[in-house]
Amino acid sequence: MAEGILSARGLMVKRNRRKLIHDVSLDLQAGQITTLIGPNGAGKSTLVRTLLGLQKASAGTITKRPDLRVGYMPQKLNLESTLPLRVQRFIDLGLGKHRLPKNLLQAMFQACRIEHLLTQPMQYLSGGETQRVLLLRSLLNSPHLLILDEPVQGVDIAGQADMYQLIVNIRDQLGCGILMISHDLHMVAAATDQVICLNQHVCCSGHPQQVSQDPAIVELFGNQGVSALAVYNHQHNHHHDSQGTIIPGHHHGGCEHD
Amino acid sequence: MIELLLWPWLGGMLIAVATGPLGAFVVWRRMAYFGDTLAHAALLGVALGWILQINLNLAVVLFCLLLAILLSTLMYQRIIATDTLLGILSHSSLAIGLVIISMFNDQPVDLMAMLFGDLLALGIDDMAWISISVALALGVLAWFWRPLLSHTICPELAHVEGVNNNLMRTLLFVLIAMVIAIAMKVVGVLLITSLLIIPAASARRLASTPEQMAIWASLFGCLAITGGMSLSWYYDSPAGPSVVVVASATFFCLYLWPRQQPQ
Repeated sequence: MAEGILSARGLMVKRNRRKLIHDVSLDLQAGQITTLIGPNGAGKSTLVRTLLGLQKASAGTITKRPDLRVGYMPQKLNLESTLPLRVQRFIDLGLGKHRLPKNLLQAMFQACRIEHLLTQPMQYLSGGETQRVLLLRSLLNSPHLLILDEPVQGVDIAGQADMYQLIVNIRDQLGCGILMISHDLHMVAAATDQVICLNQHVCCSGHPQQVSQDPAIVELFGNQGVSALAVYNHQHNHHHDSQGTIIPGHHHGGCEHD
Repeated sequence: MIELLLWPWLGGMLIAVATGPLGAFVVWRRMAYFGDTLAHAALLGVALGWILQINLNLAVVLFCLLLAILLSTLMYQRIIATDTLLGILSHSSLAIGLVIISMFNDQPVDLMAMLFGDLLALGIDDMAWISISVALALGVLAWFWRPLLSHTICPELAHVEGVNNNLMRTLLFVLIAMVIAIAMKVVGVLLITSLLIIPAASARRLASTPEQMAIWASLFGCLAITGGMSLSWYYDSPAGPSVVVVASATFFCLYLWPRQQPQ
């Protein structure tokens, strides 16, 4: 049975007397990918920021595993052009006491494909490159929980599939729990164990297939969204490469498929 | 000539060494207006210090620190837009300071020296507090360099990685307040921000790491002090503005020079 690493019960966040989120409860487990979906303004980022301690909850409790180490990938990095900073230095700044063992660190550098970027100034990176650097930085200190705020923002379609595959690989290699925010239902279904659909409160949650049959999701995303989730359930025993071709026999073992 | 210029030059150099790395933070964090506000408030500090009959240097440092902490809290609460808040505080403190000072007919305070600096008046007596303040500022910067840098690059990431953002922000505000209080002697309240920003902006042209930028900024600051004093000596121009003129000239020369490689 998966080990619980973080639980939230009845979270509520208020700003200027307006409830941004309310009655949000969730459980995150080691080795599981949980995806947070929901329309704009649903409070996804607010929830993530609250879990990270960047924002105070007005009500509710957050219980964490003792000494829980969290890695965080922000939605984007607003770096002043006046700050000279190379990729290598940006990564070094994230290295703490619990850094990954050297071979694993090396493997992650390779997986994120940023070795050729190390001497580049951060401001020169493309959207996708920046996301991969941010992703690498989030996992430097052997996190038990990775929180990714829209990891594919600014990444082209082909790159998005790679990015999700990379996230799955990271989960497999580090065994950490992952909570990510995503907009793309199709991608979500392909790389996730638990979906939480948020619209100020938790509309529905569960395995992608379960959620796709929930009336709440039809209401939020329409039939197209639902079919994105449902379609995936007929294709779960194979993997696509970035061109969409089916790669036979390449099936990761982390997800609990029916 | 040596006796006349040695202490002002040495004092100016010491201050320029401290304004280098701090100015880099001011540039990275877009705090130019914040620097202006503290500088203008320093004038009010002088006026209040005179009314309360306490040491004027101490009054300026205390008042700047008080305002820095107040601003740090107010900006965090985001009651009104930061630049509006700074604009109100900046100009009202300058105005109140000027009104209070002008109310004393016997002019106990040299207003021109306050506004534009009186570098050449620095004497051996000033070296002690300048040295202590500069050493303190550089020491704190060096000790907290890494968390300060993390905090500046991305406060959210810094928080997750265990950096106390509130402490870092307050620390920077306090250091800037302290350096402004001492730099007031050199270029005066109206030009202090230039001593923070211009050398750092020049340094950006040559630096490819944050540390390089801090060091180059200090060097450009020292160049401005030396050049400004020479200008003042040979052409009898006011010392404070001359320093700023040399700093700006350096900046424009560097930016007109074609870039060798992308940094």
